Amino acid sequence: MRKPLIFWGLLVVALVALPPLAAKLGQPFYIDLVRRIMILAIAAVSLNLILGYGGLVSFGHAAYLGVGAYAVGILGFYGISNGWVHLLVAVAVSALVAAAIGAVSIRTSGIYFIMITLAFTQMLYYLGISLAEFGGDDGMRLKAKSQFAGLVDLRDPVQFYYLALGVMLLFVYLTYRIVNSRFGMVLQASKSNEARSRAIGFSPYPYRLAAFVIAGAMCGVAGALYANHTNYITPGLMSWHQSGELMFMVILGGMATAAGPVLGTFALLLIEEVLKGWTQYWQVVLGPLLVLSVIFFKRGLAGLLQ
Amino acid sequence: MPEALLEVRGLAKNFGALRATDDVDLEISEGETHAIIGPNGAGKTTLISQFAGDLRPDAGRIRFAGEDITLLDAPQRARRGFARSFQITSVYRDFSALDNVALAVQAHAGHSFRFWHPAREERALRGPARAVLEEVGLGARAGVLAANLAHGEQRQLEVAMALATRPRLLLLDEPVAGMGLEESQRMVQFLSGLKGRQTIILVEHDMDAVFSLADRISVLVYGRIIASGRPEEVRANPEVRRAYLGEDA
Amino acid sequence: MTWGLVFEQSLNGLQYGVMLFLMAAGLTLVFGIMNLVNLAHGSLYMMGAYFAVAATQWTGNYLAGVALGLVATLMVGMLVEVVALRTLYERDHLDQVLATFGLILFFNELVAILWGRAALYTSLPSWLQGHIDLFTGSRYPLYRAAVIVVGLVVAALLWYVVTRTRLGMLIRAGASNRTMVGALGVNIKLLYTIVFGAGAALAGLAGLMAGPIYSVQPGMGELILIQVFVVIVIGGIGSIRGALVGAVIVGVVDTLGRAFLKPLLGHVISPTAAESAGPALASMMIYLLMAVVLAVRPAGLFPARG
Repeated sequence: MRKPLIFWGLLVVALVALPPLAAKLGQPFYIDLVRRIMILAIAAVSLNLILGYGGLVSFGHAAYLGVGAYAVGILGFYGISNGWVHLLVAVAVSALVAAAIGAVSIRTSGIYFIMITLAFTQMLYYLGISLAEFGGDDGMRLKAKSQFAGLVDLRDPVQFYYLALGVMLLFVYLTYRIVNSRFGMVLQASKSNEARSRAIGFSPYPYRLAAFVIAGAMCGVAGALYANHTNYITPGLMSWHQSGELMFMVILGGMATAAGPVLGTFALLLIEEVLKGWTQYWQVVLGPLLVLSVIFFKRGLAGLLQ
Repeated sequence: MPEALLEVRGLAKNFGALRATDDVDLEISEGETHAIIGPNGAGKTTLISQFAGDLRPDAGRIRFAGEDITLLDAPQRARRGFARSFQITSVYRDFSALDNVALAVQAHAGHSFRFWHPAREERALRGPARAVLEEVGLGARAGVLAANLAHGEQRQLEVAMALATRPRLLLLDEPVAGMGLEESQRMVQFLSGLKGRQTIILVEHDMDAVFSLADRISVLVYGRIIASGRPEEVRANPEVRRAYLGEDA
Repeated sequence: MTWGLVFEQSLNGLQYGVMLFLMAAGLTLVFGIMNLVNLAHGSLYMMGAYFAVAATQWTGNYLAGVALGLVATLMVGMLVEVVALRTLYERDHLDQVLATFGLILFFNELVAILWGRAALYTSLPSWLQGHIDLFTGSRYPLYRAAVIVVGLVVAALLWYVVTRTRLGMLIRAGASNRTMVGALGVNIKLLYTIVFGAGAALAGLAGLMAGPIYSVQPGMGELILIQVFVVIVIGGIGSIRGALVGAVIVGVVDTLGRAFLKPLLGHVISPTAAESAGPALASMMIYLLMAVVLAVRPAGLFPARG
């Protein structure tokens, strides 16, 4: 059992050491790259709560990336740049949207649930496109980064990097506590055997809905960070394509652990970087790779550690 | 005469043209062990599912401890004291035996919207769970993953989970199904130890189990109860013999 | 906003609905009978469009192009089924979603490699160009009318096959209880291949008919696929009748919404507010409709399974 802990410990050390190392080697690009990976890993960790532990195949999780990002963008558009307000609005709106979508979707299951979550995200995507003042299809530039007066300056790439790392580790820890709590046990039990859960007295719906809202809110934070990272917000952030990528990050990492999605995100995005270096048609290689990984590689990378 | 704990009146369930449950009346007293028997296809599981709340009847009423529960679903009935074991073993295969029973305890030990404290460290859950496992004879297997338990042990686990909820009514759907002779006898012995302390509705094919456990027996044929009463009465009933026990009247 | 205009837009809605139906029919049968979530159905639609354009250019004859395009799409569909999808029948929905997602990436990029990322130019033969006169006095594009006719003919054919032939009986039985049909000794593998092939052909037909009206470009399949999901959710999984009803409803609501919501809103609220609210609401209409239907009938309007 010590092997996984050692591995994760080393990974954290490596991530902490990256910025000074990259600076020394004169390659600041890696700070940017890894920061982006960590922010998306936060989104993947949040999806794992409902997908890996809850068994809810939500094909619309990217919606909350978009909601969080647009919260920052729209508030900035109207001159509000206080980071705490950004975070609060991102979390609150994401939670509300998740509650609305979840309330309708969680009454269904199986194929219906997959299609419905996808449909609602698409609805938000089209909503984003049609809002012309906020850039519509082309998206909008971020007017000013979130300001956290005194605490951390997001304009400094290294400070921002450590903030992302800190949030990622925090959310992994939060997920770990949630899934092992009473609430988490009921969530996992409902995934494992729904009939049995109902027979002992648990109605799955309220727990699933709560998990859905928590996951949405966490992803909203990732969205807010992402907007600050890219300085540009487009509806494409909420596309089905992005949702599919998030799901792969969870799967590739292995769904049985709270930290697994971090591995999956690194794996997927690093592979993409390598492929992008080879050819502009990198998806023609990635597609079959993903298909093969699903067919042959069930337990994910974290499963290899066990 | 004390009011029946479970009172069923005019229960009916149709699947298209098929009358799976046909105007069933039943009264179960507190502390009674009541067996429901009948040939394959008689509709026993459909009946149990309606008692448990997994299936809504098309007609009729079910009263439990004086309350009309006809429209309540399974979790709601479970919270009022129903517990059930399934015909096809239904446990949490990816959890240990102890986790399984602890979840059953948790369902009746306050609310579960607690997000921080690890449930596996709650003594209020683990303690009672261990006790129940000991009671059914699985004490030594507490840490074993449910999927790795032998078939008979899994059925014991189901009973343990049912007991852990401190039920007022136990619905057991073929508890000794698929068990070898020795295992069945142990299970029957255990269940007879519960007699009087628990109210049990038992669906079974195993006639030895039925006649040694049941205070009263109801015979279900094509969805109808054709006989109901003490074991000796049912045994002697000519209709029952004809329909089920295969003897000439 | 005249009645003539409303009628014309309704016809457009019917035309769009008919295309949605062709897609939905194949997809809902595959869902219902094989319990397979196939996101790559949109890719078959896309291949139909591309093959038809390529074949028309190659042969110089529109009808030959259509025939060849259909055959080619059918063959690609069968190939995909044998190579990639057969392994997925036994897997859970999550795996199917992920694997077919990988297929989408592959096909989109493959098409971009072969034909480029820009939209393709499609031309119509002279006998399909021009207009017909409606009884309302206005004129309607001949091609769109032809699409409606073809679609309705196919719908009638499908209805005949499904309700009047032995194959259709097997299909309906399979949609409501798959294991039973297998237990009755029917050659399941052959049934699956036929159903999948038919679905592929229908998707290809929809795609090649769509070419001249909408643009032929990579990713065109996914845009319509999500609306097809909405159709199936509204109509009920496994039901051809549900697919037809759902498709017409979605097609008409979406088209009329886009055409008339803005001007209608402009009467109720200020025209400038309607300028942005109109398109936004119009794009959300069918998803809101889906949510309403689900609230009342969680299994859709005509679910195949009881």
